[in-house]
Amino acid sequence: MKISIQINEGPYQHQASDTAYQFAKAAIAKGHEIFRVFFYHDGVDNASRFTVPPQDDRNVVNNWASLDIKNADGEPELVVCVAAALRRGMLDEGEADKNGIDGNNIHPAFRISGLGQLIEAGIQSDRLVVFGD
Amino acid sequence: MLHTVNKSSFERNSLQSCLNAIDDSSVILLIEDGVISAANNANSSMLAELATQGRVFALQGDIDARGISSKVADNIKLVDYAGFVDLVVEHGTAVSWV
Repeated sequence: MKISIQINEGPYQHQASDTAYQFAKAAIAKGHEIFRVFFYHDGVDNASRFTVPPQDDRNVVNNWASLDIKNADGEPELVVCVAAALRRGMLDEGEADKNGIDGNNIHPAFRISGLGQLIEAGIQSDRLVVFGD
Repeated sequence: MLHTVNKSSFERNSLQSCLNAIDDSSVILLIEDGVISAANNANSSMLAELATQGRVFALQGDIDARGISSKVADNIKLVDYAGFVDLVVEHGTAVSWV
């Protein structure tokens, strides 16, 4: 079955991202396809490649990256909402260039895109499961 | 439909909102702080009634993390994350009461 996930909260502050990750891992282990994970609102903070948790703590960002969720064209399907990301200082190379900012922090396993990607995930998937606070 | 509730009923009224809204074929999965409502002293007669019909589930890991394994009310079924996935697959649309 095709399953998509929406995450509305950032790492470490709320349990939403941890629960969603365990859910995604279990779904993949059962042979289901994770079509897309959409990071919305504070959920965009799950995509920061600058995250450095203590060594004895889980690394939420790397956990997501390790699921290696990609589409048939090899693009990441860990999708970060562009409007939510820019507001919170989450930029990829393209957005940094466009806005004249000298750095970018989106982990390469994620990509920035628009809200249409969430709607498309809802249409293309058999299930959409929302995790938030 | 599958309804997930992730808040304790001592914190928010999302469980009660969910109980008021669901139809006869829906099931409820308690996750995160929502599992507090699975304790046998949480006192929701509506939830207890649904549990007797086998329509209330709770996430085992979240129950254990909160130290209430010995207090889970009768008839509430415990599931792991694989069981969560099965509930999503079996019950159609998933609604998150956040």
